[in-house]
Amino acid sequence: MAATRLKLNGLGLYAIAYLGFLYLPVAVLPVFSFNDSQYVAFPLKGFTLRWYDELADSYGLLNALGNSIRVALCVSVLSTVLGVFAAKAVTRYRMHGRGGLIGFIMVPLVIPEIILGISLLMTFSLSDVRLSLVTVGIGHLLLCVPFSMLVLISRMEGFDRSMEEAARDLGENAWGTFWRVTFPIIFPGVVASLLLTFTISFDEFVLAFFLSGSDATLPLHIWSQLRFPERLPSVLSLGAIIVVASTIVVFVAEFVRRRGVQLAPPRA
Amino acid sequence: MSASPSEPVRATRGGVRVWFMRSESARGYALLSPTLVVVVLGLIFPIVILTTLSFWKQDYVDIIRTFTLENYSAFFEKKIYYLILYRSIRISAFVTLVTIVLAYPLAYFIAFHVQKNKIMWIILVTIPFWTSYLLRVFAWKVILGYNGVINSGLISLGLISEPLEFLLYNPTAVVITLAHAWAAVAILPIYVSLEKIDRSLIEAARDLGESAFMTFVRVTLPLSLPGVIAASLLVFIPTVGEYVTPTLVGGTRGIMIGNIIQSMFGKALNWPLGAALSIISMLTVTLAVCVLLGGTRWFRKKVG
Repeated sequence: MAATRLKLNGLGLYAIAYLGFLYLPVAVLPVFSFNDSQYVAFPLKGFTLRWYDELADSYGLLNALGNSIRVALCVSVLSTVLGVFAAKAVTRYRMHGRGGLIGFIMVPLVIPEIILGISLLMTFSLSDVRLSLVTVGIGHLLLCVPFSMLVLISRMEGFDRSMEEAARDLGENAWGTFWRVTFPIIFPGVVASLLLTFTISFDEFVLAFFLSGSDATLPLHIWSQLRFPERLPSVLSLGAIIVVASTIVVFVAEFVRRRGVQLAPPRA
Repeated sequence: MSASPSEPVRATRGGVRVWFMRSESARGYALLSPTLVVVVLGLIFPIVILTTLSFWKQDYVDIIRTFTLENYSAFFEKKIYYLILYRSIRISAFVTLVTIVLAYPLAYFIAFHVQKNKIMWIILVTIPFWTSYLLRVFAWKVILGYNGVINSGLISLGLISEPLEFLLYNPTAVVITLAHAWAAVAILPIYVSLEKIDRSLIEAARDLGESAFMTFVRVTLPLSLPGVIAASLLVFIPTVGEYVTPTLVGGTRGIMIGNIIQSMFGKALNWPLGAALSIISMLTVTLAVCVLLGGTRWFRKKVG
Protein backbone atom coordinates (compact mmCIF):
# COMPACT_ATOMS: atom_id res chain seq x y z
CA MET A 1 0.00 0.00 0.00
CA ALA A 2 2.83 2.35 0.83
CA ALA A 3 4.03 2.21 -2.76
CA THR A 4 0.79 3.70 -4.11
CA ARG A 5 0.83 6.57 -1.65
CA LEU A 6 1.19 10.04 -3.09
CA LYS A 7 4.75 10.84 -3.99
CA LEU A 8 5.65 14.34 -2.92
CA ASN A 9 7.96 15.39 -5.70
CA GLY A 10 8.17 18.93 -7.05
CA LEU A 11 5.00 18.53 -9.04
CA GLY A 12 3.11 17.26 -6.01
CA LEU A 13 4.24 20.25 -3.97
CA TYR A 14 3.16 22.55 -6.79
CA ALA A 15 -0.24 20.84 -6.90
CA ILE A 16 -0.72 21.45 -3.19
CA ALA A 17 0.41 25.08 -3.46
CA TYR A 18 -1.97 25.63 -6.38
CA LEU A 19 -4.84 24.10 -4.41
CA GLY A 20 -3.94 26.57 -1.65
CA PHE A 21 -4.34 29.40 -4.17
CA LEU A 22 -7.70 27.99 -5.28
CA TYR A 23 -8.97 27.66 -1.73
CA LEU A 24 -7.63 30.97 -0.37
CA PRO A 25 -10.70 33.11 -1.23
CA VAL A 26 -13.04 30.31 -0.21
CA ALA A 27 -11.31 30.08 3.17
CA VAL A 28 -11.44 33.83 3.77
CA LEU A 29 -15.25 33.80 3.78
CA PRO A 30 -15.87 31.42 6.72
CA VAL A 31 -12.85 32.56 8.77
CA PHE A 32 -13.91 36.20 8.82
CA SER A 33 -17.62 35.40 9.08
CA PHE A 34 -16.98 34.26 12.68
CA ASN A 35 -14.70 37.21 13.45
CA ASP A 36 -16.07 39.67 15.97
CA SER A 37 -15.18 42.81 14.03
CA GLN A 38 -16.67 45.14 11.45
CA TYR A 39 -13.42 45.03 9.49
CA VAL A 40 -12.08 42.14 7.47
CA ALA A 41 -8.50 42.31 8.67
CA PHE A 42 -5.97 40.56 10.86
CA PRO A 43 -5.53 40.10 13.79
CA LEU A 44 -8.74 38.16 14.44
CA LYS A 45 -10.78 39.71 17.26
CA GLY A 46 -12.69 36.76 18.65
CA PHE A 47 -15.52 34.39 17.87
CA THR A 48 -19.07 35.55 17.19
CA LEU A 49 -22.25 34.32 15.57
CA ARG A 50 -23.85 37.74 15.29
CA TRP A 51 -23.26 38.08 11.54
CA TYR A 52 -25.29 34.92 11.05
CA ASP A 53 -28.05 36.31 13.29
CA GLU A 54 -28.09 39.48 11.23
CA LEU A 55 -28.42 37.37 8.11
CA ALA A 56 -31.46 35.50 9.42
CA ASP A 57 -33.24 38.80 10.09
CA SER A 58 -32.76 40.17 6.61
CA TYR A 59 -36.06 40.15 4.72
CA GLY A 60 -34.46 41.15 1.40
CA LEU A 61 -32.14 38.19 1.56
CA LEU A 62 -34.83 35.56 2.14
CA ASN A 63 -36.94 37.08 -0.58
CA ALA A 64 -34.02 37.04 -3.03
CA LEU A 65 -33.14 33.48 -2.02
CA GLY A 66 -36.73 32.42 -2.76
CA ASN A 67 -36.63 34.14 -6.15
CA SER A 68 -33.33 32.50 -7.06
CA ILE A 69 -34.58 29.05 -6.09
CA ARG A 70 -37.76 29.49 -8.13
CA VAL A 71 -35.88 30.66 -11.22
CA ALA A 72 -33.21 27.98 -10.86
CA LEU A 73 -35.80 25.19 -10.43
CA CYS A 74 -37.75 26.20 -13.55
CA VAL A 75 -34.60 26.74 -15.59
CA SER A 76 -32.97 23.46 -14.56
CA VAL A 77 -36.08 21.39 -15.35
CA LEU A 78 -36.71 23.09 -18.71
CA SER A 79 -33.07 22.98 -19.67
CA THR A 80 -32.77 19.29 -18.80
CA VAL A 81 -35.91 18.38 -20.76
CA LEU A 82 -34.57 20.27 -23.80
CA GLY A 83 -31.18 18.64 -23.20
CA VAL A 84 -32.70 15.14 -23.18
CA PHE A 85 -34.51 15.83 -26.48
CA ALA A 86 -31.44 17.32 -28.09
CA ALA A 87 -29.05 14.66 -26.82
CA LYS A 88 -31.35 11.88 -27.97
CA ALA A 89 -31.67 13.52 -31.37
CA VAL A 90 -27.93 13.84 -31.96
CA THR A 91 -26.91 10.47 -30.49
CA ARG A 92 -29.71 8.29 -31.93
CA TYR A 93 -30.38 9.61 -35.39
CA ARG A 94 -28.04 10.05 -38.28
CA MET A 95 -28.67 13.63 -39.23
CA HIS A 96 -27.35 15.95 -41.87
CA GLY A 97 -25.27 18.73 -40.35
CA ARG A 98 -25.14 17.12 -36.90
CA GLY A 99 -21.86 18.74 -35.86
CA GLY A 100 -22.99 22.16 -37.04
CA LEU A 101 -26.22 21.92 -35.08
CA ILE A 102 -24.43 20.92 -31.88
CA GLY A 103 -22.02 23.80 -32.39
CA PHE A 104 -24.95 26.16 -32.92
CA ILE A 105 -26.53 25.21 -29.59
CA MET A 106 -23.14 25.70 -27.90
CA VAL A 107 -22.76 29.28 -29.15
CA PRO A 108 -24.10 30.92 -25.96
CA LEU A 109 -21.08 29.45 -24.14
CA VAL A 110 -18.61 31.40 -26.27
CA ILE A 111 -20.31 34.78 -26.29
CA PRO A 112 -19.38 37.18 -23.49
CA GLU A 113 -22.31 37.16 -21.08
CA ILE A 114 -22.63 40.91 -21.11
CA ILE A 115 -23.40 40.83 -24.85
CA LEU A 116 -25.93 38.03 -24.35
CA GLY A 117 -27.47 40.14 -21.58
CA ILE A 118 -27.80 43.42 -23.45
CA SER A 119 -29.00 41.81 -26.69
CA LEU A 120 -31.81 40.13 -24.74
CA LEU A 121 -32.47 43.37 -22.85
CA MET A 122 -32.81 45.25 -26.15
CA THR A 123 -35.10 42.59 -27.56
CA PHE A 124 -37.36 42.70 -24.51
CA SER A 125 -37.50 46.47 -24.29
CA LEU A 126 -38.08 47.03 -28.02
CA SER A 127 -40.90 44.49 -27.98
CA ASP A 128 -42.36 45.93 -24.76
CA VAL A 129 -41.84 42.81 -22.66
CA ARG A 130 -41.73 43.78 -18.99
CA LEU A 131 -38.60 42.66 -17.16
CA SER A 132 -39.29 40.12 -14.44
CA LEU A 133 -38.00 36.84 -13.10
CA VAL A 134 -39.32 35.25 -16.31
CA THR A 135 -36.97 37.30 -18.47
CA VAL A 136 -34.10 36.36 -16.15
CA GLY A 137 -35.12 32.71 -16.56
CA ILE A 138 -35.08 33.00 -20.36
CA GLY A 139 -31.52 34.32 -20.24
CA HIS A 140 -30.46 31.54 -17.88
CA LEU A 141 -32.12 28.89 -20.02
CA LEU A 142 -30.00 29.94 -22.98
CA LEU A 143 -26.87 29.59 -20.88
CA CYS A 144 -27.90 26.25 -19.35
CA VAL A 145 -29.11 24.30 -22.39
CA PRO A 146 -25.59 23.72 -23.79
CA PHE A 147 -24.46 22.24 -20.45
CA SER A 148 -27.49 19.95 -20.20
CA MET A 149 -26.90 18.78 -23.74
CA LEU A 150 -23.19 18.09 -23.16
CA VAL A 151 -23.83 16.12 -19.96
CA LEU A 152 -26.63 14.08 -21.51
CA ILE A 153 -24.84 13.42 -24.79
CA SER A 154 -21.94 11.88 -22.90
CA ARG A 155 -24.35 9.72 -20.93
CA MET A 156 -26.34 8.62 -23.99
CA GLU A 157 -23.29 7.89 -26.09
CA GLY A 158 -22.20 5.47 -23.39
CA PHE A 159 -25.08 3.03 -23.36
CA ASP A 160 -25.91 0.12 -25.56
CA ARG A 161 -28.50 0.97 -28.20
CA SER A 162 -29.58 -2.64 -28.50
CA MET A 163 -31.40 -2.38 -25.17
CA GLU A 164 -33.81 0.13 -26.68
CA GLU A 165 -34.17 -2.01 -29.77
CA ALA A 166 -34.91 -5.06 -27.63
CA ALA A 167 -37.71 -3.16 -25.86
CA ARG A 168 -39.17 -2.13 -29.21
CA ASP A 169 -38.95 -5.68 -30.54
CA LEU A 170 -40.70 -6.96 -27.43
CA GLY A 171 -43.63 -4.70 -28.19
CA GLU A 172 -43.07 -1.49 -26.20
CA ASN A 173 -44.10 1.69 -28.00
CA ALA A 174 -41.71 4.65 -28.31
CA TRP A 175 -42.97 6.32 -25.14
CA GLY A 176 -42.81 3.11 -23.09
CA THR A 177 -39.32 2.41 -24.35
CA PHE A 178 -38.22 5.86 -23.30
CA TRP A 179 -39.69 5.70 -19.78
CA ARG A 180 -38.86 2.09 -19.01
CA VAL A 181 -35.49 1.68 -20.71
CA THR A 182 -33.85 4.94 -21.78
CA PHE A 183 -34.78 7.11 -18.83
CA PRO A 184 -33.58 4.75 -16.05
CA ILE A 185 -30.25 4.38 -17.86
CA ILE A 186 -29.69 8.10 -18.41
CA PHE A 187 -31.04 8.97 -14.95
CA PRO A 188 -27.60 9.83 -13.48
CA GLY A 189 -27.05 12.16 -16.44
CA VAL A 190 -30.42 13.77 -15.78
CA VAL A 191 -29.53 14.33 -12.12
CA ALA A 192 -26.14 15.74 -13.09
CA SER A 193 -27.78 18.07 -15.60
CA LEU A 194 -30.37 19.24 -13.05
CA LEU A 195 -27.72 19.96 -10.42
CA LEU A 196 -25.33 21.65 -12.83
CA THR A 197 -27.95 23.91 -14.41
CA PHE A 198 -29.53 24.68 -11.06
CA THR A 199 -26.15 25.85 -9.79
CA ILE A 200 -25.41 27.88 -12.92
CA SER A 201 -28.75 29.68 -12.74
CA PHE A 202 -28.57 30.11 -8.97
CA ASP A 203 -25.14 31.74 -9.23
CA GLU A 204 -25.61 33.75 -12.43
CA PHE A 205 -25.18 37.48 -12.00
CA VAL A 206 -24.60 39.40 -15.25
CA LEU A 207 -27.72 38.26 -17.13
CA ALA A 208 -29.86 38.78 -14.02
CA PHE A 209 -28.30 42.24 -13.62
CA PHE A 210 -29.63 43.29 -17.03
CA LEU A 211 -32.82 41.24 -17.26
CA SER A 212 -34.42 41.49 -13.83
CA GLY A 213 -37.28 43.82 -13.03
CA SER A 214 -38.07 44.79 -9.46
CA ASP A 215 -37.49 41.29 -8.05
CA ALA A 216 -33.88 40.59 -7.10
CA THR A 217 -32.19 37.22 -7.30
CA LEU A 218 -29.65 36.22 -4.65
CA PRO A 219 -26.56 37.41 -6.60
CA LEU A 220 -28.30 40.74 -7.23
CA HIS A 221 -29.04 41.03 -3.52
CA ILE A 222 -25.39 40.28 -2.70
CA TRP A 223 -24.27 42.87 -5.26
CA SER A 224 -26.50 45.49 -3.64
CA GLN A 225 -25.01 44.66 -0.22
CA LEU A 226 -21.41 45.01 -1.36
CA ARG A 227 -21.80 48.79 -1.44
CA PHE A 228 -22.31 49.02 2.32
CA PRO A 229 -19.17 48.32 4.38
CA GLU A 230 -21.22 47.64 7.52
CA ARG A 231 -23.02 44.76 5.77
CA LEU A 232 -19.73 43.18 4.75
CA PRO A 233 -19.39 40.59 7.56
CA SER A 234 -22.91 39.26 7.01
CA VAL A 235 -22.19 38.95 3.29
CA LEU A 236 -19.18 36.83 4.30
CA SER A 237 -21.39 34.61 6.48
CA LEU A 238 -23.78 34.18 3.57
CA GLY A 239 -20.79 33.21 1.44
CA ALA A 240 -19.69 30.67 4.04
CA ILE A 241 -23.16 29.08 4.03
CA ILE A 242 -23.09 28.89 0.21
CA VAL A 243 -19.64 27.24 0.34
CA VAL A 244 -20.85 24.55 2.73
CA ALA A 245 -24.16 23.97 0.93
CA SER A 246 -22.58 23.66 -2.51
CA THR A 247 -19.89 21.32 -1.20
CA ILE A 248 -22.62 19.03 0.12
CA VAL A 249 -24.43 19.20 -3.24
CA VAL A 250 -21.23 18.32 -5.12
CA PHE A 251 -20.65 15.25 -2.95
CA VAL A 252 -24.26 14.13 -3.25
CA ALA A 253 -23.99 14.49 -7.03
CA GLU A 254 -20.80 12.41 -7.06
CA PHE A 255 -22.51 9.77 -4.91
CA VAL A 256 -25.43 9.59 -7.35
CA ARG A 257 -23.02 9.37 -10.28
CA ARG A 258 -21.08 6.49 -8.72
CA ARG A 259 -24.26 4.57 -7.98
CA GLY A 260 -25.36 5.19 -11.54
CA VAL A 261 -22.09 3.78 -12.83
CA GLN A 262 -22.51 0.69 -10.65
CA LEU A 263 -26.14 0.11 -11.62
CA ALA A 264 -25.70 0.53 -15.34
CA PRO A 265 -22.21 -0.12 -16.63
CA PRO A 266 -21.88 2.41 -19.46
CA ARG A 267 -20.35 0.01 -21.93
CA ALA A 268 -21.55 -3.53 -22.32
CA MET B 1 -32.40 5.24 -44.02
CA SER B 2 -31.96 8.95 -44.63
CA ALA B 3 -34.57 10.96 -46.47
CA SER B 4 -33.76 10.78 -50.13
CA PRO B 5 -35.50 13.34 -52.32
CA SER B 6 -36.63 10.64 -54.76
CA GLU B 7 -38.61 8.89 -52.05
CA PRO B 8 -42.30 9.28 -52.93
CA VAL B 9 -44.09 11.33 -50.31
CA ARG B 10 -47.79 10.83 -50.54
CA ALA B 11 -49.99 13.72 -49.53
CA THR B 12 -52.10 11.61 -47.21
CA ARG B 13 -51.48 11.83 -43.49
CA GLY B 14 -50.46 8.19 -43.38
CA GLY B 15 -47.92 8.79 -46.12
CA VAL B 16 -46.27 11.63 -44.28
CA ARG B 17 -46.21 9.54 -41.17
CA VAL B 18 -44.55 6.62 -42.87
CA TRP B 19 -41.99 8.93 -44.40
CA PHE B 20 -41.42 10.55 -40.99
CA MET B 21 -40.87 7.24 -39.22
CA ARG B 22 -38.54 6.05 -41.95
CA SER B 23 -36.42 9.16 -42.14
CA GLU B 24 -33.86 9.30 -39.36
CA SER B 25 -32.95 12.88 -40.19
CA ALA B 26 -36.56 14.05 -39.92
CA ARG B 27 -37.07 12.44 -36.54
CA GLY B 28 -33.75 13.80 -35.34
CA TYR B 29 -34.65 17.34 -36.43
CA ALA B 30 -38.07 17.03 -34.82
CA LEU B 31 -36.51 16.08 -31.48
CA LEU B 32 -33.90 18.81 -31.79
CA SER B 33 -36.32 21.52 -32.90
CA PRO B 34 -37.46 22.76 -29.45
CA THR B 35 -33.85 23.40 -28.46
CA LEU B 36 -33.08 25.03 -31.80
CA VAL B 37 -36.13 27.28 -31.43
CA VAL B 38 -34.89 28.39 -28.00
CA VAL B 39 -31.44 29.23 -29.36
CA VAL B 40 -32.79 31.02 -32.44
CA LEU B 41 -35.30 33.09 -30.45
CA GLY B 42 -33.00 33.67 -27.49
CA LEU B 43 -29.72 34.29 -29.29
CA ILE B 44 -29.91 34.83 -33.06
CA PHE B 45 -32.96 37.08 -32.99
CA PRO B 46 -31.54 39.29 -30.18
CA ILE B 47 -28.17 39.54 -31.95
CA VAL B 48 -29.98 40.70 -35.11
CA ILE B 49 -31.82 43.31 -33.03
CA LEU B 50 -28.56 44.42 -31.42
CA THR B 51 -26.94 44.76 -34.83
CA THR B 52 -29.88 46.79 -36.13
CA LEU B 53 -29.78 49.00 -33.05
CA SER B 54 -26.09 49.70 -33.63
CA PHE B 55 -27.00 51.46 -36.89
CA TRP B 56 -29.56 53.71 -35.20
CA LYS B 57 -29.00 56.85 -33.19
CA GLN B 58 -29.72 58.01 -29.66
CA ASP B 59 -31.39 61.41 -29.27
CA TYR B 60 -31.68 62.08 -25.52
CA VAL B 61 -34.26 59.51 -24.41
CA ASP B 62 -35.48 58.65 -27.90
CA ILE B 63 -33.95 56.40 -30.48
CA ILE B 64 -34.01 57.65 -34.06
CA ARG B 65 -34.61 54.73 -36.36
CA THR B 66 -32.73 55.86 -39.45
CA PHE B 67 -29.60 54.19 -40.74
CA THR B 68 -26.35 55.76 -39.62
CA LEU B 69 -22.72 54.71 -39.23
CA GLU B 70 -22.13 57.33 -36.54
CA ASN B 71 -21.69 54.82 -33.70
CA TYR B 72 -19.02 52.93 -35.58
CA SER B 73 -17.17 56.08 -36.57
CA ALA B 74 -17.33 57.18 -32.92
CA PHE B 75 -15.41 54.04 -32.00
CA PHE B 76 -12.57 54.86 -34.37
CA GLU B 77 -12.55 58.60 -33.72
CA LYS B 78 -12.70 58.63 -29.93
CA LYS B 79 -9.53 56.94 -28.86
CA ILE B 80 -10.89 55.92 -25.46
CA TYR B 81 -13.12 53.11 -26.76
CA TYR B 82 -10.42 51.75 -28.98
CA LEU B 83 -7.86 51.85 -26.16
CA ILE B 84 -10.14 50.17 -23.64
CA LEU B 85 -11.06 47.39 -26.06
CA TYR B 86 -7.35 46.90 -26.76
CA ARG B 87 -6.68 46.78 -23.01
CA SER B 88 -9.50 44.26 -22.48
CA ILE B 89 -8.10 41.97 -25.15
CA ARG B 90 -4.62 42.29 -23.66
CA ILE B 91 -5.83 41.59 -20.11
CA SER B 92 -7.86 38.58 -21.28
CA ALA B 93 -4.98 37.21 -23.32
CA PHE B 94 -2.74 37.56 -20.30
CA VAL B 95 -5.36 35.95 -18.04
CA THR B 96 -5.63 33.06 -20.49
CA LEU B 97 -1.86 32.58 -20.56
CA VAL B 98 -1.48 32.76 -16.76
CA THR B 99 -4.47 30.48 -16.13
CA ILE B 100 -3.20 27.82 -18.51
CA VAL B 101 0.41 27.96 -17.38
CA LEU B 102 -0.76 27.58 -13.77
CA ALA B 103 -3.39 24.93 -14.55
CA TYR B 104 -1.38 22.69 -16.87
CA PRO B 105 1.02 21.26 -14.25
CA LEU B 106 -1.89 20.45 -11.94
CA ALA B 107 -3.81 18.71 -14.72
CA TYR B 108 -0.61 16.85 -15.62
CA PHE B 109 -0.12 15.86 -11.99
CA ILE B 110 -3.65 14.45 -11.70
CA ALA B 111 -3.45 12.65 -15.04
CA PHE B 112 -0.01 11.07 -14.63
CA HIS B 113 0.97 11.06 -10.95
CA VAL B 114 -2.25 10.38 -9.07
CA GLN B 115 -2.93 6.65 -9.17
CA LYS B 116 -5.98 6.35 -6.97
CA ASN B 117 -8.97 8.64 -6.57
CA LYS B 118 -8.43 10.88 -9.56
CA ILE B 119 -12.09 11.84 -9.30
CA MET B 120 -11.53 13.02 -5.72
CA TRP B 121 -8.79 15.33 -6.99
CA ILE B 122 -11.07 16.67 -9.70
CA ILE B 123 -13.78 17.29 -7.11
CA LEU B 124 -11.25 18.95 -4.83
CA VAL B 125 -10.23 21.26 -7.66
CA THR B 126 -13.80 22.15 -8.61
CA ILE B 127 -15.30 22.76 -5.15
CA PRO B 128 -14.12 26.38 -4.92
CA PHE B 129 -15.92 27.03 -8.20
CA TRP B 130 -19.27 25.84 -6.98
CA THR B 131 -19.49 28.82 -4.67
CA SER B 132 -20.85 32.17 -5.74
CA TYR B 133 -18.77 33.78 -8.50
CA LEU B 134 -19.60 37.20 -7.12
CA LEU B 135 -18.39 36.26 -3.65
CA ARG B 136 -15.18 34.72 -4.97
CA VAL B 137 -14.32 37.91 -6.82
CA PHE B 138 -15.33 39.91 -3.80
CA ALA B 139 -13.13 37.74 -1.58
CA TRP B 140 -10.14 38.81 -3.70
CA LYS B 141 -11.05 42.43 -3.09
CA VAL B 142 -11.02 41.68 0.63
CA ILE B 143 -7.72 39.80 0.35
CA LEU B 144 -5.88 42.40 -1.74
CA GLY B 145 -7.45 45.54 -0.24
CA TYR B 146 -5.64 48.44 1.47
CA ASN B 147 -6.81 47.23 4.88
CA GLY B 148 -7.26 43.74 3.56
CA VAL B 149 -6.15 40.26 4.55
CA ILE B 150 -2.67 40.37 3.02
CA ASN B 151 -1.81 43.87 4.21
CA SER B 152 -3.18 43.43 7.73
CA GLY B 153 -1.57 40.00 7.93
CA LEU B 154 1.85 41.30 6.92
CA ILE B 155 1.53 44.24 9.33
CA SER B 156 0.54 41.93 12.21
CA LEU B 157 3.58 39.82 11.45
CA GLY B 158 5.70 42.95 11.48
CA LEU B 159 6.97 42.42 7.95
CA ILE B 160 5.74 45.80 6.67
CA SER B 161 4.75 48.97 8.47
CA GLU B 162 2.60 50.60 5.78
CA PRO B 163 -0.05 48.79 3.71
CA LEU B 164 1.05 47.91 0.18
CA GLU B 165 -0.97 49.96 -2.27
CA PHE B 166 -0.09 48.16 -5.46
CA LEU B 167 -2.17 45.08 -4.65
CA LEU B 168 -5.64 46.31 -5.53
CA TYR B 169 -7.27 48.49 -8.20
CA ASN B 170 -5.04 47.74 -11.17
CA PRO B 171 -4.89 45.31 -14.09
CA THR B 172 -2.71 42.89 -12.08
CA ALA B 173 -5.49 42.47 -9.52
CA VAL B 174 -7.88 41.74 -12.41
CA VAL B 175 -5.49 39.13 -13.80
CA ILE B 176 -5.01 37.41 -10.41
CA THR B 177 -8.74 37.35 -9.73
CA LEU B 178 -9.66 36.05 -13.17
CA ALA B 179 -6.84 33.48 -13.19
CA HIS B 180 -8.46 32.17 -10.04
CA ALA B 181 -12.07 32.51 -11.15
CA TRP B 182 -11.54 30.60 -14.41
CA ALA B 183 -9.04 27.98 -13.17
CA ALA B 184 -11.46 25.04 -13.21
CA VAL B 185 -12.53 25.89 -16.76
CA ALA B 186 -8.90 25.50 -17.83
CA ILE B 187 -7.97 22.47 -15.68
CA LEU B 188 -10.80 20.21 -16.82
CA PRO B 189 -10.28 20.18 -20.63
CA ILE B 190 -6.49 19.94 -20.23
CA TYR B 191 -6.91 17.05 -17.79
CA VAL B 192 -9.29 15.24 -20.16
CA SER B 193 -6.92 15.53 -23.11
CA LEU B 194 -3.92 14.39 -21.01
CA GLU B 195 -5.91 11.46 -19.66
CA LYS B 196 -6.80 10.38 -23.20
CA ILE B 197 -3.17 10.09 -24.31
CA ASP B 198 -2.14 6.52 -25.05
CA ARG B 199 0.54 5.79 -22.44
CA SER B 200 2.38 3.44 -24.77
CA LEU B 201 3.28 6.40 -27.01
CA ILE B 202 5.12 8.02 -24.13
CA GLU B 203 6.81 4.74 -23.21
CA ALA B 204 7.83 4.25 -26.83
CA ALA B 205 9.47 7.68 -26.92
CA ARG B 206 11.36 6.93 -23.71
CA ASP B 207 12.42 3.47 -24.95
CA LEU B 208 13.73 5.02 -28.14
CA GLY B 209 16.05 7.18 -26.07
CA GLU B 210 14.23 10.50 -25.81
CA SER B 211 14.79 12.30 -22.48
CA ALA B 212 11.86 12.83 -20.12
CA PHE B 213 11.76 16.51 -21.00
CA MET B 214 11.96 15.99 -24.76
CA THR B 215 9.30 13.28 -24.53
CA PHE B 216 7.06 15.85 -22.91
CA VAL B 217 7.82 18.49 -25.56
CA ARG B 218 7.53 16.18 -28.56
CA VAL B 219 4.83 13.71 -27.45
CA THR B 220 2.77 14.73 -24.43
CA LEU B 221 2.47 18.44 -25.11
CA PRO B 222 1.39 18.19 -28.77
CA LEU B 223 -1.11 15.46 -27.90
CA SER B 224 -2.62 17.57 -25.14
CA LEU B 225 -2.91 20.61 -27.40
CA PRO B 226 -6.65 20.11 -28.13
CA GLY B 227 -7.34 20.46 -24.41
CA VAL B 228 -5.10 23.53 -24.17
CA ILE B 229 -6.88 25.15 -27.12
CA ALA B 230 -10.33 24.36 -25.71
CA ALA B 231 -9.23 25.77 -22.36
CA SER B 232 -7.87 28.97 -23.89
CA LEU B 233 -11.07 29.59 -25.85
CA LEU B 234 -13.26 28.89 -22.81
CA VAL B 235 -11.22 31.35 -20.74
CA PHE B 236 -10.40 34.03 -23.31
CA ILE B 237 -13.79 34.62 -24.94
CA PRO B 238 -15.91 35.16 -21.83
CA THR B 239 -13.28 37.19 -19.94
CA VAL B 240 -13.04 39.88 -22.64
CA GLY B 241 -16.54 40.99 -21.71
CA GLU B 242 -15.97 40.62 -17.97
CA TYR B 243 -17.92 43.14 -15.91
CA VAL B 244 -17.88 42.07 -12.25
CA THR B 245 -14.12 41.68 -11.77
CA PRO B 246 -12.95 45.00 -13.24
CA THR B 247 -15.73 46.74 -11.33
CA LEU B 248 -14.73 45.24 -7.97
CA VAL B 249 -10.93 45.00 -8.17
CA GLY B 250 -9.86 46.86 -11.34
CA GLY B 251 -10.06 50.49 -10.29
CA THR B 252 -9.71 53.17 -12.98
CA ARG B 253 -6.70 51.55 -14.62
CA GLY B 254 -8.45 48.18 -14.77
CA ILE B 255 -11.62 49.31 -16.59
CA MET B 256 -12.56 46.92 -19.38
CA ILE B 257 -14.89 47.14 -22.37
CA GLY B 258 -17.66 45.40 -20.38
CA ASN B 259 -17.80 48.38 -18.03
CA ILE B 260 -18.08 50.80 -20.96
CA ILE B 261 -20.82 48.74 -22.63
CA GLN B 262 -22.73 48.50 -19.36
CA SER B 263 -22.49 52.27 -18.83
CA MET B 264 -24.03 52.87 -22.27
CA PHE B 265 -27.12 51.02 -21.09
CA GLY B 266 -27.02 52.69 -17.70
CA LYS B 267 -25.67 56.11 -16.78
CA ALA B 268 -24.40 57.19 -20.20
CA LEU B 269 -27.69 56.16 -21.83
CA ASN B 270 -26.63 55.58 -25.40
CA TRP B 271 -28.05 52.25 -26.46
CA PRO B 272 -26.99 52.40 -30.12
CA LEU B 273 -23.39 53.22 -29.21
CA GLY B 274 -23.44 50.43 -26.61
CA ALA B 275 -24.78 48.07 -29.27
CA ALA B 276 -22.06 49.11 -31.73
CA LEU B 277 -19.35 48.61 -29.08
CA SER B 278 -20.77 45.13 -28.35
CA ILE B 279 -20.74 44.19 -32.02
CA ILE B 280 -17.19 45.51 -32.49
CA SER B 281 -16.01 43.61 -29.38
CA MET B 282 -17.63 40.41 -30.58
CA LEU B 283 -16.03 40.71 -34.02
CA THR B 284 -12.64 41.51 -32.50
CA VAL B 285 -12.85 38.49 -30.20
CA THR B 286 -13.82 36.28 -33.14
CA LEU B 287 -10.87 37.62 -35.11
CA ALA B 288 -8.52 36.98 -32.17
CA VAL B 289 -9.84 33.43 -31.87
CA CYS B 290 -9.24 32.83 -35.59
CA VAL B 291 -5.67 34.10 -35.22
CA LEU B 292 -5.17 31.76 -32.23
CA LEU B 293 -6.56 28.75 -34.09
CA GLY B 294 -4.57 29.59 -37.23
CA GLY B 295 -1.45 29.99 -35.11
CA THR B 296 -1.82 26.59 -33.47
CA ARG B 297 -2.48 24.93 -36.82
CA TRP B 298 0.74 26.46 -38.13
CA PHE B 299 2.56 25.36 -34.96
CA ARG B 300 1.24 21.82 -35.34
CA LYS B 301 2.37 21.59 -38.92
CA LYS B 302 5.82 22.77 -37.90
CA VAL B 303 6.17 20.39 -34.96
CA GLY B 304 4.29 17.46 -36.43
